[in-house]
Amino acid sequence: MTETIAALLLLGGAAFMMVATIGALRLPDFYTRMHAITKAGTLGIGLILVGIAVFFGDLSATTRAVAVIAFVLFTAPVSAHMIGRAGYLDEVPLWQGTLVDKLRARYDDLFDKGDQPPARRASSPSASDG
Amino acid sequence: MEDLDGFLLWAVFISLAIISLAILGAFVRLIRGPSLPDRVIAIDLVAYLTMGFLATYSVLIQEETYIDVALVLGLLAFLGTVAFARYIERIHAEEETTEL
Repeated sequence: MTETIAALLLLGGAAFMMVATIGALRLPDFYTRMHAITKAGTLGIGLILVGIAVFFGDLSATTRAVAVIAFVLFTAPVSAHMIGRAGYLDEVPLWQGTLVDKLRARYDDLFDKGDQPPARRASSPSASDG
Repeated sequence: MEDLDGFLLWAVFISLAIISLAILGAFVRLIRGPSLPDRVIAIDLVAYLTMGFLATYSVLIQEETYIDVALVLGLLAFLGTVAFARYIERIHAEEETTEL
């Protein structure tokens, strides 16, 4: 019974990791890819490590598994936030179907006034109404 | 501990195969880019996937020390991503000041 639960958790974690990779390959722009990688990657690792804790079933392995899960849960949002902000400041283009860009208003002083935001206004004229 | 029996053994093998394919896919994104942050998050994804691979492998050989290896790998990936983020922001800031 325990091994069956561990096996299902391992398979679930691997499936989430595959979803993360498919998202990284298929999604249209940098920001959506970052979102897919961080969320699905975190959940995949979490499921696999819970499976490990179930499989070994002793205090030592469970403590380490919980430590790794906590570490990933703390660091994944931080690194995703930093790299997303760096990409935005580096003017990585948004997807051309993007409608709302709320971050833009906070960085008006960093971009020139007449400057186009990361390449999308031309393709969707009503975007600035957001 | 005794050897793994049927279902769990197959689950471990299938998980390792899926994660290996996922690592290949992450490397495809790493090569295609197109921007530097895209490549950085592709490396990030490779690190996550390798952590999952190590964790699954620790079940296969029943050696829980590999969990610690996954923890260290996660720490290095986090530091690398943060360093790249600072680097990209600094490049942007230097370009701004030289343009003005």
